[in-house]
Amino acid sequence: MTSELLLLSVAMAVAAGLMGCFAVMRRMALAADPLSHVALPGIGVALALHIHPIFGAAAMLFFGALLVWALEDRARAATETVIGVVFSAALAIGSLMTSGENLIEALFGGAGALKWPEMVFGLAAAGAIVLFVVARRNSLIVMLVSPDVARTAGINVRHLNLLYLQMFALTIALGLRYLGVLLMGALIIIPAATAKRLARSLGSMLALAVGFSVFATALGTSLAAWLHRETGPLIVSVAAGVFLLSLARRQP
Amino acid sequence: MENVLEVNQLSVRFGATQVLSDLSFQVPRGSSLAIIGPNGAGKTVLFRALIGATPFQGGLQWAPGVRIGYVPQKLDLERDIPITGVDFLRARAALAGEPAANIARVLSSVGVSQTIARQPIGTMSGGQFQRLLVAFALVGEPNVLLLDEPTAGVDEPGQERLNELVHRLQEDRGLTVLFISHELSVVYRYATNVLCLSRALAFFGAPRAILTPELLDQVYGAHMEYHVHDE
Repeated sequence: MTSELLLLSVAMAVAAGLMGCFAVMRRMALAADPLSHVALPGIGVALALHIHPIFGAAAMLFFGALLVWALEDRARAATETVIGVVFSAALAIGSLMTSGENLIEALFGGAGALKWPEMVFGLAAAGAIVLFVVARRNSLIVMLVSPDVARTAGINVRHLNLLYLQMFALTIALGLRYLGVLLMGALIIIPAATAKRLARSLGSMLALAVGFSVFATALGTSLAAWLHRETGPLIVSVAAGVFLLSLARRQP
Repeated sequence: MENVLEVNQLSVRFGATQVLSDLSFQVPRGSSLAIIGPNGAGKTVLFRALIGATPFQGGLQWAPGVRIGYVPQKLDLERDIPITGVDFLRARAALAGEPAANIARVLSSVGVSQTIARQPIGTMSGGQFQRLLVAFALVGEPNVLLLDEPTAGVDEPGQERLNELVHRLQEDRGLTVLFISHELSVVYRYATNVLCLSRALAFFGAPRAILTPELLDQVYGAHMEYHVHDE
C-alpha cells in the first residue's frame, strides 16, 4: 500500500472513531446506516456526469443530513419511518443508476487508483472533523446532557445539531473509498460502541474509539492485501471481532 | 423592587391543545417563586418557554444581564455513557469561561465528593445524579435558578440539604429562584410568591393567599393533602 493511501485511511479512521462516540451517545447508531445509503444515487449521478464519485456522494449526504435535521424537530417515530423509507429508496434508486463494477465498488468500497482531488478532499475533510470534535466538544457534551440546559448555557442547539449532522455526513463520505455506502456506517458505530463498553470517562472513550477504528482499518487493509479480498468487509469484520471480545469484559 | 422577569398574557399551545393561557406574573429580583399544580398543568412547559425552548404567544421579558442556571426534571440521556460527573462540569465550566478549579467548590457546595464525581454518571445513585445536576446549574455564576423538581428521587436528608443550599445561595448571592415543587411544606417555607397552575386556571400571589384549602381543592380536584389521582 502506498503511503498516501495509508495516510488517508488513518485519517478516515480517526474521524470515524471520534464522530462515532457522539453518534453512539446520541443513540444515532441505527440512523448511521440508512444515512450512508443516500450516497449511492449521488455516486450514480457523478459517474454519469464523469465527475469524481466522492463529490456526488458528498453532495447527496449533505442533503441527507439536512433531511434528518429537519425531521429531528418532529416526533421520533415519524423520523424513523421517514429514514426507513427515504433512505432505503435512495439505495434502490442509486442501485438502478449505477451498474456492474461501479455498483459493487460503491456498495462495499474498492481500491481504484487514488487521484489527487480525492486525497485533498479526504485530508481536508478529516481535518475538519477532528477540529470540529475538539473545538465543540464541550458544547456537544452539554447538549448531550440536555438540549434545554445547553440553551441556557448560550448554545444554539439547532445550529450545533445541523453542524454535527453535516460533519457526520462528511465522515461517511470520507469512508466510501474503503468501505462503501453499505459498510461505512459500521466503522463509525462499532469502534465507538466498543469504546463505550470499556471506557470510564469521555477522554478514554474518545481515545479507545480512535484506537479501535485505526486498528480495524490497518489490520483489515493488511488482511485484504494478504487474502486478496475486498478491504471494506475485512475492516468491518475486524471491528466487529474487537467488539465481540469486549463483551467478555463485564460492564463496569 | 425591580423585576427580573415579567410575564404578560403568556400562552403556549401544542397543536390543538392549549397548555398555558393568558398567564401573567412578575418575579422581583432576589425573590423566590414556587410553581405548583397537578400533573399536566404545564409547569415544565412554562419553564421551557422561559428559556426559549418552546414557542409561545404573549409577553415574556427577562431583565438584562440575566444568566440562567437550569435543572431539568428529566433527561433524554441514557445513563450508561462513559462520561463522568467531572467531564460534565468541566464542559460547562469551559463554556462559561470559568477555571476548572471552580468545579471543586461547586461540588462541595452540593455535597458531592470528588471521588463520586469522577465516576461515570451511570454508576451514580439517583440522588447523587440529581445533586450533580444542581452543581451543573451552578457553574457559570448564574443569577437566576430554574429548578424543575430538583429534589425528586433524593432521600430526605439530601432533600433538606438541597433546599437549604438553594436558600443559602439565594441569600448569599442575591439569586432569584423559580422552582417547581410538589412539596407544599417547602413552598410554604421558601417561596416569596406562588404560581399555582391548573388546566383551566392560574393563581398568583403570596403563599398565604394561594395555599388555602379551598383553592387547592379547586385546583387539584382532590382534598388539600397533596395526592393527585392518576387519570
